[in-house]
Amino acid sequence: MDTLNNVQSIRYFIPELILVAFAAGVIIYDLIGRQEGGRRAAHLSLAGLAAALIAVLLVGAADRSLFLGMVQLDSFAVFFKVIILITTAVTILFSMGSEELDPRTKGEYYALLLAVTLGMFLMASSTHLLMIYLSIETVSLASYILAGFLTHSPRSSEAAFKYIIYGAVASGTMLFGISLIFGLTGTGDVVQVSNVLAELFSSGGGDYQLAVLVSIIFVLAGVGYKIASVPFHMWSPDVYEGAPIPITAFLSVASKSAGFALFIRLFYSGFGSANVIESVDWSLLLAVVAALTMTVGNLAALPQQNVKRLLAYSSIAHGGYVLMGGVLLTAEGVHAILFYLIIYLFMNLGAFFVVILIAERIGSETIDGYRGLVTRAPLVAISMGIFLFSLTGIPPLSGFIGKWLLFKAVLTEEFYWLAIVGLLNSVVSLYYYVRIVKAMFLDSSDEPNPVSFSIGSRALLVVFVVPTIILGLYWTPVYQLSKASLGKILG
Amino acid sequence: MNDLTPYLVISTTLFCLGIFAVLTRRNAISILMGIELILNACNLNFAAFSRFVTPPDDISGQIISIFGIVLAAAEAAVFLAIILAIYREFSTISPDETDTLKG
Repeated sequence: MDTLNNVQSIRYFIPELILVAFAAGVIIYDLIGRQEGGRRAAHLSLAGLAAALIAVLLVGAADRSLFLGMVQLDSFAVFFKVIILITTAVTILFSMGSEELDPRTKGEYYALLLAVTLGMFLMASSTHLLMIYLSIETVSLASYILAGFLTHSPRSSEAAFKYIIYGAVASGTMLFGISLIFGLTGTGDVVQVSNVLAELFSSGGGDYQLAVLVSIIFVLAGVGYKIASVPFHMWSPDVYEGAPIPITAFLSVASKSAGFALFIRLFYSGFGSANVIESVDWSLLLAVVAALTMTVGNLAALPQQNVKRLLAYSSIAHGGYVLMGGVLLTAEGVHAILFYLIIYLFMNLGAFFVVILIAERIGSETIDGYRGLVTRAPLVAISMGIFLFSLTGIPPLSGFIGKWLLFKAVLTEEFYWLAIVGLLNSVVSLYYYVRIVKAMFLDSSDEPNPVSFSIGSRALLVVFVVPTIILGLYWTPVYQLSKASLGKILG
Repeated sequence: MNDLTPYLVISTTLFCLGIFAVLTRRNAISILMGIELILNACNLNFAAFSRFVTPPDDISGQIISIFGIVLAAAEAAVFLAIILAIYREFSTISPDETDTLKG
């Protein structure tokens, strides 16, 4: 693997530079022309994202280590960059129509979104412990502000408050773990860390086992907080409920994907590869975390009346399903994770989009607001039904294929109990998803008047529905794509 | 002191005090102070490791400390801004009393 110095690297760093330029551009533009409610700023941000997407694809997966080993540009990173870009673009589209947000401050809002995108790019490609910490903080600091962006809503401020308390402690703990690893190995480069640790253990360094164990668990706290896994999930329902809905959608998809990218890179090319962690049964530990995460998420979702909060718990549960693929540190598992994240992107963003539409046109976030929706807005109701059934994992929708691959990865390694827990959880989740479907299709509404939605919203809705159905029937291209994106991550 | 151990003892103590402050304090400012203690424990660790573990011409540990200090400042700025927003909405900065989101 080539390691490039700072000047040579810039050529491969153009997508990130484009994002920085556009984030700064949006701020400056917002200062000059903030009269038209941030619409132009949104267009400028979308243009920036499009330019970054083109740059990402043109630069491609060079399989090079940039900035003296700080950042790795491989197909794995490219895969996540594309997912993150799509999610951000969709979030901006959601936000443009949103009446929740103050039009006077929308420019800053878009600039912050671009900054988060940059941080997530780095999360997906960092190979140095310092860079990992910096990227997590870049994402977190901007996310705190975005979660509390509704200035006159107590809910939103409270969400930001809880988010930053949990986040600051988790990232501080992670930095402490990183400092211990740095002290044990004398280096911050993830691959070198794994080599030094392997050497340490092969030369009978049993004294260090506890220190290594503690520091890896501390680092895991930071990553676990990003993917909202038990026991670091407590922030997520409150933040998801209080934040502006586009931000909730963004956090539940992009933040989680970037967290998984970081998790995979850390554990596969870092702590996992050289069997440095053989002294502890990491697979079992991660399996327990995955099982607890999905169980807690699903059980807590059962009594929820607020659909936003219900989807927050559901996304915790989905984090647990995805983590199942990471338990075994196999190529098949990672492949299943990548595949699932693509599908999760469409169905989860789609579900949140419906929540936005209903919140704006009917003015309700609770399940009662969805009653009789099928007669009032058939397209929206049917789409929501499709998203929810796909989230449950019912064939022939795409969620089923995604889950099937995850279960298959677990079963090949004979982790039967985990697969059974996952299966039971899917059954439990059916109950709360169907509650919404029942309200939409079987209950009658007090207000029978039809609700109309703009042509743009309906088109965007169809954009989510189509892949959710199609990928359940014909998934080969995405399957191949996610397989090719594994690259050399697994050494 | 020409030994790593005292530094590690101090940094671990700082870290534990920080966690303790975050868990027990009922005031957002005190929580922020606890978080700062945690981050400073990390910075101390990096500086100490840079002095005692890595080769003398390798100053990467000290560089990481400087990054840590900068990020602690950025985090404090965001935290204080959010505390202000909380105070405007709730007229209190205790995490126990800002609990409209439940369930």
